[in-house]
Amino acid sequence: MGFEKFLFYVFSLITLWAAGMVITRRNPVHAVLFLVLAFVTSAALWVLLEAEFLGIVLILVYVGAVMVLFLFVVMMLDVDIATLRAGFIRYLPLGTLVTVVMAIEILLIVGPKNFGLDAFPAPAPLGADVSNTRELGLLLYTVYLYPVEIASVILLVAIVAAIRLTLRQRPDTKYIDPSRQVRVKKGPERIRIVKMVAETEYATLSAADQDKE
Amino acid sequence: MIELWNALPLLIQILLKIIVIVLPLLGLVAYYTYAERKVIGYIQVRIGPNRVGWRGWLQPIADAVKLMMKEIIIPTKADKTLFLMAPMIAIAPALAAWAVFPFDEGLVLANINAGLLYILALTSLGVYGIIIAGWSSNSKYALLGAMRSAAQIVAYEIAMGFALVGVLVAAGSLNLGDIVNAQSGNILTWFWLPLLPLFGVYVISGVAETNRAPFDVAEGESEIVAGFHVEYSGMAFAVFFLAEYANMILVSALAALMFTGGWLSPLPQAWVHGVFLLDDGFHWLLLKTFFFMFLFLWFRATFPRYRYDQIMRLGWKVFIPITIVWILVVALAVIYKLPPWWSA
Repeated sequence: MGFEKFLFYVFSLITLWAAGMVITRRNPVHAVLFLVLAFVTSAALWVLLEAEFLGIVLILVYVGAVMVLFLFVVMMLDVDIATLRAGFIRYLPLGTLVTVVMAIEILLIVGPKNFGLDAFPAPAPLGADVSNTRELGLLLYTVYLYPVEIASVILLVAIVAAIRLTLRQRPDTKYIDPSRQVRVKKGPERIRIVKMVAETEYATLSAADQDKE
Repeated sequence: MIELWNALPLLIQILLKIIVIVLPLLGLVAYYTYAERKVIGYIQVRIGPNRVGWRGWLQPIADAVKLMMKEIIIPTKADKTLFLMAPMIAIAPALAAWAVFPFDEGLVLANINAGLLYILALTSLGVYGIIIAGWSSNSKYALLGAMRSAAQIVAYEIAMGFALVGVLVAAGSLNLGDIVNAQSGNILTWFWLPLLPLFGVYVISGVAETNRAPFDVAEGESEIVAGFHVEYSGMAFAVFFLAEYANMILVSALAALMFTGGWLSPLPQAWVHGVFLLDDGFHWLLLKTFFFMFLFLWFRATFPRYRYDQIMRLGWKVFIPITIVWILVVALAVIYKLPPWWSA
C-alpha cells in the first residue's frame, strides 16, 4: 500500500464520518461545521486525483464563502430541537428502508462493475510542470464555451432574481445618501445660526431660586 | 554539509524547512507588536513601552510569559470543544499559507503551479476561527463581533480576489515565483504602476481582511468591548493575537511580492548585477514587506473607525466595480502588448 493510497483511505474515512455527523448531530451549528470538514477532505481527495485546481476552488468558494454565509444564517436561527426530534422513532423504519434502497441503487451504478479499474484504468500521472489551471481554462473557453456562457447567464439571472426578491422599500427607514453626506460643508447648509436678544427671564428665575434656598 | 542534508529522510527535511520558516515568523510577530506600540507611541508623542529590557526591547517576551501564566477561563454554557478549537483554526491557515511563499529565486518550500490560488483559499479559511470563537463563547458581544467579521471578510475577499485576478492576468501565471519574475526590470516595470487601482484596492482590502483599524468593527472596543475574543484569556487569547499579526505580515509580504517585485532590486539589473546589497535578493523582499507592515500601524494611528454600513458600501459598491473595470483594462493591455510591461 503506497503512501497515496493510505492518504486516500484516511481522507475518505474522514469524509464519510463527517458526512454521517452532519445528519446525526442535533446542534445545527455543529452539523454545518462537519459539512465544512467534509468539504475540506473532499478537496483533499480531489487533489490526490491531480485535480488541484478543482480542489483549491472547492475550498475557496464553498468553504471560504458559501459555508461562511451558511454558518452565519444558522447561528441566527432559533432552531427548536425538540420539534425536530419528535417522530424520529416513528419514521425510522421507513427512513432506513429508503436509505438502504438508495444505497443499493448507487452501488449498482457506481459499483466496480461499471466504474472498476478494468473499465477505467488509472491514467498515467502527469508531470509536475503540467498546469491544471491552464488545461482546464483552455478546455472551458474553447470546446465548452457555450455551456460555460449558458451557465453563467443562468447564474446571473439567479443573482438578479435574488436581489429583486429581497429588495424592498421601507418608508420608515432613515437612510442617508452617502454621496450627499460627504458633500456637506461646515457652512450654512448644515447649521443655521440664529441671532436673538438675550432673554431677561433668567435674572428673575435665578432670583426666585435663591429665594427658595 | 549538502551530503549530510541529502542523507536525511524527506520528512525530516521538510520539517526542518517548516521550522526555519515558522520560527522567524513568530519572532517577527512578537517584535511586530513591540513595533506597533512604539510606532503608535511616537505618532501620538508618547514613548511607548520602555521598562522591560533596554528601551523596552524585552517587552514582547514579558507579555508572552504573562499570557502563558494566565488561566484560560471557559465561560459557562460555552461550547468547550469549539471554544478551545477556535484559536487553533484561526492560526493554522495563517501559518500554512507560507508553504508556497517564495523568499528568493527558487527559495520556496512547495513550488506549486496554483500558488496564488492556494494562498487565497487558505486566507479565506481564517474567518472560521473568528466565527466559531464568537458563537461558542455564549456571549452577545462575541456573537455580534463574529457576525460583523463574517460579513466584512466575505465582502472584502471578493475585492481582494479580483485584485489578485488582475495580477495573474498581468503575469500570466498563478505561480508566485513566476509572478515576481514577470515584473523584472526596474521599479517602473513592477506591477504597482500598471495595476495602480488594483494595488490600492489590495492594500485596503488587506487591512479590512485582517480586521485592523480603521476596519476593526469586529473588535470595536467602544461598541462591543472586544468583539469575538471578549471571553478569551491567557494563551487562547494570545493565539488569536498571533494569528492576527501573522496574517498582517502575510498580507504585507504578498503585496511586496505581487505589486512591488518581491526580491527584485528597484534598479535595472544591468547596473547592479553583482553589486553587494543593491543586487536582487531576500533583503529587498524584507524591506518592502516592512514598508507595508508599517502602513498597517500608520493607518491605525491615523484613521478613526469606519461605520459599519460605510464599510459594506466601500467594499461592494466601490472596490468591486473598480477591480472589474481594471481587470478589463489589464486584459486589453496584455492583448495589445502595451509597452514597457507587456511588449516582450
